[in-house]
Order: sequence, then structure tokens, then C-alpha cells
Amino acid sequence: MIYLRLFWEFFKTGLFAVGGGMATLPFLYDISARTGWFTAAQLADMIAVSESTPGPIGVNMATYVGFTTAGIPGAVIATLGLAAPEVIIILIIARVLAAFRQNRYVDAAFYGLRPCSLGLIAAAGALVVKIAMLHPERYASTGVLTDLVDWKAVLLAAVLLVFTRAVKQTKKLHPIFFILASALVGVVFSF
Amino acid sequence: MKPLLELFLAFARVGVMTFGGGYAMLPILEREIVENKGWATREELMDYYAVGQCTPGVIAVNTATFVGYRTAGILGGVFATLGVVFPSVVIITLIAGVLTNFADIPAVKSAFAGIRVCVCVLIFNAVVKLWKGAVPDKAALILCLLVFVLSVFLDISPIVFVLFCAGAGILFTRMGVRGK
Repeated sequence: MIYLRLFWEFFKTGLFAVGGGMATLPFLYDISARTGWFTAAQLADMIAVSESTPGPIGVNMATYVGFTTAGIPGAVIATLGLAAPEVIIILIIARVLAAFRQNRYVDAAFYGLRPCSLGLIAAAGALVVKIAMLHPERYASTGVLTDLVDWKAVLLAAVLLVFTRAVKQTKKLHPIFFILASALVGVVFSF
Repeated sequence: MKPLLELFLAFARVGVMTFGGGYAMLPILEREIVENKGWATREELMDYYAVGQCTPGVIAVNTATFVGYRTAGILGGVFATLGVVFPSVVIITLIAGVLTNFADIPAVKSAFAGIRVCVCVLIFNAVVKLWKGAVPDKAALILCLLVFVLSVFLDISPIVFVLFCAGAGILFTRMGVRGK
């Protein structure tokens, strides 16, 4: 029963992903590794689409993964699965909002959860780096260390880093501009 | 029925106008929920955001549930949440359907190979942005590095890390190593 499993996987994601949209990423990689419903490379593409379309990233990712796994019903079920635990939790704490925010155990738990979430996102990012910029299979066949790295991709990443972080005129631009520019570079230089 | 429909539509508008989620959504929520509808004050909205930061899940969904519940009870929370996710489901389903048909074209493959490089940079930038709020002291730095290294090299469910770090946060606070 793929729909039930899909709902359950996303219910867990919604329950344990702390700190907004990108925090769902490590959970989605975990789902990909365990179920084989979609590949890690597909997931990287989904991030780009989710960033470039309206709607919160976390929700977009859930819809996309659900659709890839089980069509339109899958898209709806994955999204509802993601939202369900959040709705339940908020409905419970809405009555005791002030007490919840000031509770020292909640505060202490989140002191530990924030760096955890960051570490998980960074690890998911490392996996995307491996997919986008390394060629382990080419290195395995030639044995030349410089064949491990996709130099075109590294150069593009360096240029993007400069434009998104250092150049004053471009660093405030929406990610969609950089995504489209990268797509163009990919086509022109046949990545 | 009318307030429920109104909640659904108002949050569907928020969903359509949000690119990226999280803090990108705040000005749109302010205009739609505070100024147009008067469902919450600006201060309440900031409170909902703060709670969204310390509850699991996507902040957009948390905020929608909160405002909906305060406006029209439990059903209100459900309808506002359905509203905020509705545009995503429609738009992403359309795009995913189209992209699936074109995924094997060489030019599309090259385009996505370029895009993946961009995604690396976007994730890196997100990590840098979250760093200051998430890693205030040495103990948090150790937790963050530990999770990163173990998560890269071992096949452990993220749920295990989340539960472990919630416990570690409480333990560190009680031991008094927090803030050092």
C-alpha cells in the first residue's frame, strides 16, 4: 500500500524536521535511500524546482516527491502527511502558547535541536556536492585523481559563490535568477 | 462555512505569493492577515513565527494553523493549512508532470546538471545564514559537527539525531555548559 507508506514517511518528516523548509531535506534523502522511490539526483533537481516556484519549499518538496513516487494522489497524500503532525502539534499548544514558549525544557531541547538541524542540512548539502561536482565512477575507471572532480562544475560553483555572497548588486537577487543562469551555463557548456 | 472558505482563500493567496517560504513569507502574511483581514496583530504574527521556529515542520504550515485556529477554531486551523498548501500541490504537480516528459532530452539533462551546482551553492548559503542563530557556543558547535560527520559517513536515520540532540540540549543546559 504505497499511499499509506507515503503518508507515514512524510508524517515522520513533518514531525521531526525542525527549523523550516530546508530541514526536510535530510529526511527526504533518508527516504530515497531506504525506499528507492526516487534517486538522490532527482531530489537535487526537485530542490531547484521547489526554489523556483511559488509556495513554501518544504511543501513543494513534499508534493514533488509524492508526485514522482505515486502520481497526483501521491502528491496530495505526501503533502497532507507532512502537514498533519504540524497541525496536530499547533492545535495542542495554541491554548498554552505563552507557557510553551517560556518552558525551560522546550527552550533547552531547541538549544540542542538547532545545531542538529544545521548539521543534517549541511550533510545533505555534501551529498548534493558529490552528485553535482564529483565523478567517482570516472575516477574508478582511470585511477587519475584529477578525474574525480568535475572542474567545470567547480568553476561554476566558485562563480556562483562570488555572485551570491560577495557582489553587492547581485547577492540580494532571488535564487531563481541563479538557478536559471546555471541552467543556461549547463546547456551552453554541455555539463 | 463562510469564514472557513475565507480562510482557505486568504491562505491560498499567501501560498501563491510566497517564494521560498520561511521569512520570505512574512511581508505577505502581514499584508494579507494583519492589514486586509485583521485576523491577527503584527505582534501576534511575530509570536506565531517564534513558535514556528520551536516546533517541528514547515513554518508556513505552522503559522496558517495558528491563525486559522484563532479565527475559527480547529476547523479553521485545518482549512487555513489546506489553503496554504493548495497552490503548491497544483503548481508542482503541473511542473513535475511536464518535466517528467522532457527529462531524457540531452539539453534538459545538461540544464539540470548546471542547476545542481547552483543547488549546492544555495544550500551552502542557507547553512551560513542559519549558523549564527543555531551555533551560539562551543557545545552547540560540537553537536553540529558531530551530527554532520556522523550523518555523512554513517547510515543513521535523521530521527535518531533529532532525538539525541533534544536530549543533549536539555543535558547541556542542566550541566551549565550552555553559553560558554
